[in-house]
Amino acid sequence: MTTMTPARHLSPLTGLANTFTLTWRSLLKLKTNPEDLPALVLTPIMYLVLFTYIFGGAISGNVHNYLQFELPGILVLAVIFSTLGTGQMLSQDIETGVFDRFRSLPIARWAPLFGAVLGDVARYALSVAVTLAFGILLGFRVESSPLAAAAGCLLVLVFALAMCWFSALLGLIAGSARGVQWIGSLIYFPLTFGSNVLVPTAKLPGWLQAFVKGNPMTFLTEAERGLLVGGPVETPVIRTLLWSLGLVVVFAPIAVQVYRRRT
Amino acid sequence: MNAHSADIAIEARGLVKRFGKTTALDGVDLSARKGTVLGLLGPNGAGKTTAVRCLATLIRPDAGTASVLGYDVQRDAHQVRQLIGLTGQYASVDEMLSGFNNLLMIGRLLGIPRKQAKARASELLERFGLADAATRAAKTYSGGMRRRLDLAASMVGRPAVLFLDEPTTGLDPRSRNELWAMVRGLTADGATVLLTTQYLEEADHLCHDITVIDHGTVIAAGSPDQLKARAGGQVLAVTPADPSRAADVQSLIAERTGRTPATSADSATVTVVVDDSSVVPALVRELDDKGIVVEELMLRKPSLDEVFLSLTGSVPPEPPATPAPQIAGSAL
Repeated sequence: MTTMTPARHLSPLTGLANTFTLTWRSLLKLKTNPEDLPALVLTPIMYLVLFTYIFGGAISGNVHNYLQFELPGILVLAVIFSTLGTGQMLSQDIETGVFDRFRSLPIARWAPLFGAVLGDVARYALSVAVTLAFGILLGFRVESSPLAAAAGCLLVLVFALAMCWFSALLGLIAGSARGVQWIGSLIYFPLTFGSNVLVPTAKLPGWLQAFVKGNPMTFLTEAERGLLVGGPVETPVIRTLLWSLGLVVVFAPIAVQVYRRRT
Repeated sequence: MNAHSADIAIEARGLVKRFGKTTALDGVDLSARKGTVLGLLGPNGAGKTTAVRCLATLIRPDAGTASVLGYDVQRDAHQVRQLIGLTGQYASVDEMLSGFNNLLMIGRLLGIPRKQAKARASELLERFGLADAATRAAKTYSGGMRRRLDLAASMVGRPAVLFLDEPTTGLDPRSRNELWAMVRGLTADGATVLLTTQYLEEADHLCHDITVIDHGTVIAAGSPDQLKARAGGQVLAVTPADPSRAADVQSLIAERTGRTPATSADSATVTVVVDDSSVVPALVRELDDKGIVVEELMLRKPSLDEVFLSLTGSVPPEPPATPAPQIAGSAL
């Protein structure tokens, strides 16, 4: 029996502890549900094999040149698509009633969201590692420095962390995990493929170039190319970080608000 | 906390909740005394779940007030959440996690230190007969196991007030009996339980007080006995030894009481509500005069089913089965 007088307020420290507990839960899912792993590991491998051998000759003349060009793009593609997982998990939690339980507990209202997002960083890191490792197996070579390459991996994770707030919002409003999947694809496909991920901007028709040049995926991909194989770094990195900040500033508060209001 | 509400654990006054054009709750009042079980009884769609969700701080009522142990569910939601446990209509455990990790997670979220949280998880799994399945993912559990895990999850923090939303729906009779025993044990320890149910039998067995709601309004409230008394008088049930005489019995009773009796299809038992039990001796004489041998004649309080019928005008759902006799040693 509880005989204590309940606390009036929740300290931010408790909120942080709640978040870490829920991050642990999210990571535990990766461990206890190994059926999730093939999708996470095989998707980037599939992208690499498909795009390298289908587009390689046509776009860059030979496969090796194209691999050097496209791998940073595939890195972006794989990680960005795996951010959809955040929204899917959230909507699943809502559907199954897990969130009702969370909401009936004396925990920080934002902890389930932050916990889910933080836990997903591990998934993205796995995506990055698999893409790089398999790319190297196919013949990709880092032409910059190991430090720059590490910075590249970090940057794509930072951007993914920002994107998954958008995904989280999708998860809160889509109604079902399947809904997240198809609404997400509808938005993510043009966003990712409508960039310089697979094809140099100069080879695209003029009207499309206008879109591609403003697409944050283009900046991210440029930054990744700069950090992994060489080229301009400063401008695309700054733009990518600004976009990341913008995404968080816009979508995180909306997601938290929608989450609080959800009845 | 108000002095007059010192022994009231859950109180709602004029709760209103609308979803678009539907009014789920239309001014609901209810109160549960400390250490008792309050049954919220009503047909499907009556507003039971909405009421629980308001009381458990999951949704905000559009009007009215509600409090748990003196804390307002809207103004003091954080305090309320420290005092309550909730078990939803569907098992709201994380299917991907093992039973143990589900309980550990909740313990940690409640701020229990890791070591104690682990001990509490093991203790609850043991108590709910889930120790063998502790490390298996909850998605591999049967319906009854999942429900028990869900109940265990709501008890990790030893809540003073427990909300159980249709806790026995879909449970087999044995699990249901175990759950009933558990609920009784909780109130014996001083906890207050609000449970919703469609089953009158359950409310009759378990609840100290019952609030009947239909279409979002309270249509009756009181102890099971008070509710039964409300249906008026007593019920007279007569079963002739020869089922073919049921029609004669029926007309005789109709004549005597001025009411149209009902005859059950399977047992030829004729039942009627009587206000004055003095009709019984006269009736017995007349049955004897007509040579109708009576196998059984009884005067009883109306069942909650009959009360429910007279209150809501609809037939309550059948409970899944008659509960098996209480299994010794299964009480928790």
